[in-house]
Amino acid sequence: MDAPVSFVLNGKPVTVTSPRDRMLVWVLRDELGLTGTKVGCEAGLCGACTVLVDQEAVLSCSTALGDVAGKSILTIEGLALDGKLDPVQKAFQDHHAFQCGYCTSGMIMAAWAFLKKKPKATRAEIVAAMEGNICRCGAHVRILDAVESVGKATGGVR
Amino acid sequence: MRRRTLLQTAAAGALTFFFRTPASAAPIEPTRPGAYAEDFNAYLKISADGRVGCFVGKTELGQGATTVLAMLVAEELELDPARVDMLLGDTDLCPWDLPTGGSLTMWHTAPVLRGAAAEARAVLLGLAAKALGAPAADLALKDGALWVKADPKRRTTFGELVQGRKMARHLGKVKPKPLSECTVIGRRVPRKDALAKITGAAKYAGDLRLPGTLHACLLRPPAQGLKLTTADTAAAERVPGVRIVRDGTLLAVLHAQPDTARKALALVKGTFEGTEPDVDDVRIYQYLVDKAAPGQRVMIARGDVAAGEKRAATVVEGEYRNAYEGHATLEPHTSVAKWEEGRMTVWASNQSPFVFRDSVAEALKLDKDKVRIVTPFVGGGFGGKLVAPAAVEAARIARQLPGVPIQVAWNREEDFLLDGYRPAAVVKIRSGLDAGRGAITFWDNIAAGVSQGEAEFAYDMQTNRYQAPAVPDLHPLKVGAWRAPNAHTNAFARECQLDALAAKAGLDPATLRRRLANDPRLLRLLDLALEAFGWEPAPGPTGRGIGLACGAWRQALVVAVAQVAVDKATGKVQVLRFLEAVDVGLVVNPDGARQQVEGAITMCLGQALSEEIRFKGGHILDKNFDTYLLPRFSAIPRIQVVFADSGTTTTQGIGEPPVVPVAAALANAVFDATGARVTHVPFTPARVLEALKRVP
Ligand code: FES
Ligand code: FES
Repeated sequence: MDAPVSFVLNGKPVTVTSPRDRMLVWVLRDELGLTGTKVGCEAGLCGACTVLVDQEAVLSCSTALGDVAGKSILTIEGLALDGKLDPVQKAFQDHHAFQCGYCTSGMIMAAWAFLKKKPKATRAEIVAAMEGNICRCGAHVRILDAVESVGKATGGVR
Repeated sequence: MRRRTLLQTAAAGALTFFFRTPASAAPIEPTRPGAYAEDFNAYLKISADGRVGCFVGKTELGQGATTVLAMLVAEELELDPARVDMLLGDTDLCPWDLPTGGSLTMWHTAPVLRGAAAEARAVLLGLAAKALGAPAADLALKDGALWVKADPKRRTTFGELVQGRKMARHLGKVKPKPLSECTVIGRRVPRKDALAKITGAAKYAGDLRLPGTLHACLLRPPAQGLKLTTADTAAAERVPGVRIVRDGTLLAVLHAQPDTARKALALVKGTFEGTEPDVDDVRIYQYLVDKAAPGQRVMIARGDVAAGEKRAATVVEGEYRNAYEGHATLEPHTSVAKWEEGRMTVWASNQSPFVFRDSVAEALKLDKDKVRIVTPFVGGGFGGKLVAPAAVEAARIARQLPGVPIQVAWNREEDFLLDGYRPAAVVKIRSGLDAGRGAITFWDNIAAGVSQGEAEFAYDMQTNRYQAPAVPDLHPLKVGAWRAPNAHTNAFARECQLDALAAKAGLDPATLRRRLANDPRLLRLLDLALEAFGWEPAPGPTGRGIGLACGAWRQALVVAVAQVAVDKATGKVQVLRFLEAVDVGLVVNPDGARQQVEGAITMCLGQALSEEIRFKGGHILDKNFDTYLLPRFSAIPRIQVVFADSGTTTTQGIGEPPVVPVAAALANAVFDATGARVTHVPFTPARVLEALKRVP
């Protein structure tokens, strides 16, 4: 029997019974039904699966369930509070910082983690922070604009 | 609803592709090519509460079809586009349409939809006139309500008039509103897919969670060209919950959990047979040239090449190559299929619902009416999802397990192995410039791996010969349509060659193009681009690293100007600035069009600089994004986009055109920076270093 693993997911405690070496992305998508987190490479190379673990950006395709026991996970579904969009989401919306949208959850989560640490970042710092996230549609310029605007407008994410 | 056979459809598409007239000749009046539904009710439905539903057989790939098509309907029906509910890509619910490719949505579907909306408007006004007892001309229409202008209390609504029924009256062709009265077209409109995509609510094929779904992972050959013969599935079958489905050369391991299915698949041992091609990514160019040689056919023959060569004062000979390139959509091919009550439903990540329907029907020997394609959000296409392999796989498995939804989601390695790549190609050009440096005296192309599509351009070339092979199965690997097929390969060759001629003749490259331009639209566009960029005429190489190229896709024209810095020690090209001036006629959704141009430029940084499918025989060596390099944030230059105010009411699609001149502009910029001519796409650091060595 797999031992249950407990963690906090989008503000609520959950317990799942899955092998501890199962990758978090499958636990989220398959077991918990949170499909906003995407799968692009399964190898830590594209960032589509980015979620926050204790407010740090983490690649859920390369993070085992056992490693998040007792931690707090935030996915794209948990970002809007009481139906109110997070400033990063709002910025992506306002800038149309996506096309197909497949990279978008990962982009938003990566940007969120970065802005949390460094709300007043330079463009070059934002570029470096987002380097691990791939966008095939070429929304890069708008993504950078969006991330930059969050820092400017609000002094950072909540 | 009338439907054409696939063959007729393809022929109709082909005719349109090669049809070249000045943009002004194409009418804005709604045209209804035979295959499109005649009845506007097929496209538009008004519900009892007055909401307008719009049904179109295209798909939302991220290119913004949902938003721009809603704008067209909103324009005619005087609505906020947010109030038009779009349903795309469902073959049961949407009228037939061509694939979502070739930039055809705005070219073909938009006029049809606009016409349908204009007719609906006229019918609604007529119904309101009757209901309110006033002439239609005296009525006002806004936000789903109609009233008597002189007596606003006498009013009715879409919902009351139609009451959810089909609108029975037909008025035939009705002219859409004149541009001067349009209030939605040309405005910045919020993307309709924004909220779903920024909240993670958007469902892609792999996100569907139909109860009882089994995830199918298929056993793949180690190389293209090989087929499964025998398989030992004993170990996989010992994994609890695993099922195996075998259908000819298809072998799938099924499990309720996608990752468990994948792990169990690794336990299957298969043997494969077949022959791999004896070629690799280095020898491919000679391979194509040799294989093409006996079958060369003259596809374009204008003027006398030999006579033109005699008149030339400057002659340049160039050979231009491009590698195989993957589509690499971030969402790999994914489909979910379910066989129920004698019908196959496939939720497919796709660019062409009706082609998918026909492909599935053919593979399963079903009547087309027995197949339904439903299209969720699609995570990118670029031509790669015009074909239905994953949908067919899911359907074949589902056919054996009635009532069980089967998901086939390729992983990245499968997506690289099974993709139909942008063809590798070689284009050799000999061409000459006259002594006055104002006329091309001859232009002679011999191509392998590519066809003549868009090889003719809006330059004055009295002599132009284009030979391409008519050899079937020329390519050793699977190839397919890749955003602006043929056009970008031919533009790369032509625009680099032109640049080389200008340099050899000591002429500013922009000046040469201005002298050659034989279409006033191109001249205007060149001026627009050069001025916006701040071009200072000088013969290259100037050391500034600025390059220029032009391109066309059907009637759309693009001028690109790039600025690069080249690290001569490493060969790395950093793009600093990229500008495109674009003439696509009337721009319906300016922000959406801008996104397409920005995206095309960004995507093609990878095409030009880093993306190449490496292979040995049928083995595809690139399996993921560690070796197959897409442009990342640090590669992104400052991007500028300007649209020509062409004054026309015709509108062209914009998915393809901005792709066409990107690699050429970058190669010409590398030349301007270094004096080294890079002729092989992608010009990786290693190829740039090689080119630098050749500089005298
Ligand atoms: S899916 Fe995790 S990094 Fe690509
Ligand atoms: S929006 Fe399509 S991959 Fe980024």
